Amino acid sequence: MPETSSPKLPERPRLAPGVRLHFDATRGAWVLLGPERVIEAEGPASEILRRCDGSRTVDQIVDELAVLYTADRAEIEIDVNDMLVELATKRMLVA
Amino acid sequence: MNGAALPAPLGLLAELTHRCPLACPYCSNPLALEGRAEELDTTTWARVFREAASMGVLQVHLSGGEPASRRDLVEIVAAARDAGLYTNLITSAIGLDHARLARLKDAGLDHVQLSLQDVDAETADHIALYPGAHVRKLAFAQSVVGLGLALTINAVIHRANIEHVAGLAETAASLGAGRVEIAHTQYYGWALRNRNALMPTREQVRRAMLEIERIRPQYVGRLVIDLVVPDYYARRPKACMGGWARRSLNVTPSGRVLPCHAAETIPGLQFWSVRNRSLDVIWRESPAFQAFRGMDWMPEPCRSCELREIDFGGCRCQALAVAGDATATDPACELSPHHARMLALAEQDSSGTEQHYAYRGRVVRDPTARP
Repeated sequence: MPETSSPKLPERPRLAPGVRLHFDATRGAWVLLGPERVIEAEGPASEILRRCDGSRTVDQIVDELAVLYTADRAEIEIDVNDMLVELATKRMLVA
Repeated sequence: MNGAALPAPLGLLAELTHRCPLACPYCSNPLALEGRAEELDTTTWARVFREAASMGVLQVHLSGGEPASRRDLVEIVAAARDAGLYTNLITSAIGLDHARLARLKDAGLDHVQLSLQDVDAETADHIALYPGAHVRKLAFAQSVVGLGLALTINAVIHRANIEHVAGLAETAASLGAGRVEIAHTQYYGWALRNRNALMPTREQVRRAMLEIERIRPQYVGRLVIDLVVPDYYARRPKACMGGWARRSLNVTPSGRVLPCHAAETIPGLQFWSVRNRSLDVIWRESPAFQAFRGMDWMPEPCRSCELREIDFGGCRCQALAVAGDATATDPACELSPHHARMLALAEQDSSGTEQHYAYRGRVVRDPTARP
């Protein structure tokens, strides 16, 4: 595979134009809406996404999640990174 | 299937008008279009959007025809957004200048999908039968991105442009689009009439698919490349509409509610209208939605197939168009008794002898006519 297959994360990630977090009242769940995309964003996912506002660094997002869930920071960091890389690959995050 | 078990729909295709300045030969709208006098008014569309949102629909795709042909497009977008829907405008750009686009953005538009017919203006304008269209599309794309709106480029693929898929992706990326749809022609409506002038060869399709996979890595994180696969050379059918009456609804310009864009080609289906019924009642009870909902209607080989909940038997309109029976297994499936016939049709139509498109609203040249 070429080295370009995993994109670099923005320093202060925010949702790309045309991507927004939405509470789906019918299904009682948070979803991320984008072009021809509906992605479930339950629990921690919605907490990560609502912090992708261009003001926080990835480290700050990890810190806040670790406090919110009183969880091990290293584990949270892996989860946050995985999720942000996946979103960046789908071009749903911008710097 | 009883009403309580019904899934909530996710998407609404709102065909605001059938009027369109372009005349693309691959148009999948019906042969007979609905006229302006029959179109739903702004207030009715606003009600449809509210009903859709309350049923669980998350995204509305404003389509046509050319939606910009409607003078009330800004009000329609505002109504969709007020209802809480993610609002996607599917347009050719004709009829949308920068100022009108800015008003659409202010009304809450989330996303713009712009069609391109080819990489070069000359061939693109020939396909659309609209001189100057391509240049206007490029300028419009700059406006979309300049205003900070999300842009998808949609390119419908056929024999005349299939060699240019990499160029189309590069054009999309250079315009600042976040996404490109490489959409092989779906042969319904007007497109079916032009199948012999549009169908690529199997080898062209094979090369184009390889080309997409070759270039895909270089666009990761920059441009998402989505494929609409070519049915006629497939081995398995697409999960058309994600299953009939399972995920989405389609409202025609006059208010008829269809389970899919091409459903009116199927004889005997009874469609209800938003003019005299709520969208929710239509979703649950309309005969057209009930006709192929669930698995009970399925014949063999679908009925006992382990993939029936993956592909839902494929496309009903294609079964009708190729097998002559809307209740048959989609002939795109290699398990269909009509599969060989579908491949033979594609190979015959792709032989390249027909070069002229039948354009909507234009006289088809009759070789026996006197000059």
